[in-house]
Amino acid sequence: MTFRQQHLLGIEPLHPSEITTILDLADSYADQNRRNVRHEPILAGMTQINMFFENSTRTQASFELAGDRLGADVMNMAMQASSIKKGETLIDTALTLNAMHPDLLVVRHPHSGAVDLLSQKVNAAVLNAGDGRHEHPTQALLDALTIRRAKGRLHRLSIAICGDIAHSRVARSNIMLLGKMENRIRLIGPPTLMPSGIADFGVEVFEDMEEGLRDVDVVMMLRLQKERMDGGFIPSEREYFHRYGLDAEKLQFAKPDAIVMHPGPMNRGVEIDGNIADDINRSVIQTQVEMGVAVRMAAMDLLAQNLRAARKPDGVMV
Amino acid sequence: MMTNVLFTNARIIDPVALTDDIGAVLIRDGKIAEVFETMPEGVDATVIDCDGKCLAPGIIDVGVKVSEPGERHKESFRSAGQAAAAGGVTTIVTRPDTMVAIDTPETLEFVARRAALDAPVHVLPMAALTKKREGREMTEIGFLQDAGAVAFTDCDRVIADTKVFARALTYARSLDALVIGHVQEPGLSKGAAVTSGKFASLRGLPGVSPMAERMGLDRDISLIEMTNARYHVDQITTSRSLPALERAKRNGWHITAGVGVHHLTLNELDVADYRTFFKLKPPLRSEDDRIAVVQAVSDGLIDIICSMHTPQDEESKRLPFEEAASGAVGLETLLPATLRLYHADMITLPKLFRALSLNPAHLMGLTAGRMAVGAPADLILFDADAPFQLDRTQLLSKSKNTPFDGARLQGRVLGTWVDGTRVWGDD
Repeated sequence: MTFRQQHLLGIEPLHPSEITTILDLADSYADQNRRNVRHEPILAGMTQINMFFENSTRTQASFELAGDRLGADVMNMAMQASSIKKGETLIDTALTLNAMHPDLLVVRHPHSGAVDLLSQKVNAAVLNAGDGRHEHPTQALLDALTIRRAKGRLHRLSIAICGDIAHSRVARSNIMLLGKMENRIRLIGPPTLMPSGIADFGVEVFEDMEEGLRDVDVVMMLRLQKERMDGGFIPSEREYFHRYGLDAEKLQFAKPDAIVMHPGPMNRGVEIDGNIADDINRSVIQTQVEMGVAVRMAAMDLLAQNLRAARKPDGVMV
Repeated sequence: MMTNVLFTNARIIDPVALTDDIGAVLIRDGKIAEVFETMPEGVDATVIDCDGKCLAPGIIDVGVKVSEPGERHKESFRSAGQAAAAGGVTTIVTRPDTMVAIDTPETLEFVARRAALDAPVHVLPMAALTKKREGREMTEIGFLQDAGAVAFTDCDRVIADTKVFARALTYARSLDALVIGHVQEPGLSKGAAVTSGKFASLRGLPGVSPMAERMGLDRDISLIEMTNARYHVDQITTSRSLPALERAKRNGWHITAGVGVHHLTLNELDVADYRTFFKLKPPLRSEDDRIAVVQAVSDGLIDIICSMHTPQDEESKRLPFEEAASGAVGLETLLPATLRLYHADMITLPKLFRALSLNPAHLMGLTAGRMAVGAPADLILFDADAPFQLDRTQLLSKSKNTPFDGARLQGRVLGTWVDGTRVWGDD
């Protein structure tokens, strides 16, 4: 077992063996969660602070539950309501928090790189819960675990990621992770929602959804933000659904056993047909939510182990 | 103290003849009195043995921001002047993008007075082209010129209203005033923090296509053709802009162009993990663009190298990348950084000083910038090879926001003379 990271800031710095380590551990947590086994209080005596500078219900709840199950003292800070409104800089907020000696910091921030910046100023292990358009590593890990459990492997699969790639940190982390694990990645979407320089990412890019979905094993849909729907990036919601919304007709181009994923929250009728989302034979969307808790438990467990190892007996960082 | 000084055994960098040969230079009464090919004897002067080190015309840095008035904690005329002297810059041409903007003869006079009191080097102020740099109404170009403004610019703010810009250019032409513009299509570049491409996408940062620079340049060239104004582009940083610039010059329009030292020596990848000291405006470009722009300087297509000295305090840089302020200080690193190009065999020393001293002097109508008899004795003596590692805390600028912190550089200024008076280095 190898996992050398001090923080989980993104997928980019992870070695494939570290990804496998997290997934293996998460796998066993997932099984334990299903059997309602009481977990060892691995994080007992540790303080976990969730700092969300951007609204989140699902991710925050998932991290909270993960910490709770492992016995951590979990505290949520609603950052939008607090100090930033009063003009405090991110670094000052970080230093203030650091003085409270947290062990695990879970951070979401609207700006790319902000979590990275914060991690340089604190002694806690920092988990990136999404920074701007940059990365959302636990989402990619939970997606990977979901795929691995559904497909029995996490390599040599053909995986389509569809929709607003340009603004999606989920897409970036997934491209990175699935690429590291040696899968074929196809990106599908209108060119206005493709990031620049995408041809250099080692992926195939499709503007036609049916062509892009041909014979894929996994269809990963992305959420289209409401503010991007009208005129700016795409002409309209209905034209988008017509060309890029996942419905039964388009899905039949994928392999017959292809699974359908979505990081949530879904816009039914915009990027995905409600019937597909609810089809228990195809959709693994609920499994993704379930795996989210397991993956976050595993990530915090591993980071806590490294944190303990790095600390002297008196609790000071070496 | 102004005395006769004879520099002997100097490697004389002559940006006019494009030579660098060993010789001697005599300065008298603040001017270059004689240039010798062999060592003269019996000259009544204080002798400085240059020991084969380089003697060159002092750098004329167009587009320096001194944060007076308004933000003196970032940079004052005293600190900027000392940094300039230490960096071999004998003339700074200051930007009007201060708080408040320098857009009236009264504020310009304030700047001129502060500069004369505190700065050991020449300071030539520029003024805004439009009031408050808002791009709506032109400033009092005539009065400002009378008060000493050497050029008119709204700095990094593009005048989006073409009619306003056309009128300002037309009016400026009637006074033969120089206008300096920032070429960037404002709509396309809105909100951008880096150059678009793989790196921008990997980091999840909003990017601007390098094409936005050419669009801005194309528009401005059309306006110059329309108005026949004298126009200088502050920074050309992409290869795509070069053919348009070349064509405009060939057509005989009064257009010149500059480039900042950082775009000649760094590329977009240097931003690495969101290092905000590398956040510039325009943003750093690809390596291909960097090489093309260096070549354009060597070919003379790009006329001027400047530092784009932009002091920022720590607070405005210690922020997430998108929120952090743009700009870097450069007065003290301009010479050693550009010498990287010389050490990489990309450009010769005389051509470097053509871009650092001679061409800016031409642009500003100065007789400095050359090793000619009668020219002002604005000179620098430097060791082009001396290696050092830059420690930003040692900079004389009040602001320490340099991207070269910890960088290994070569090139030390041993002495700086302004009008024959030594302002840097020990006798």
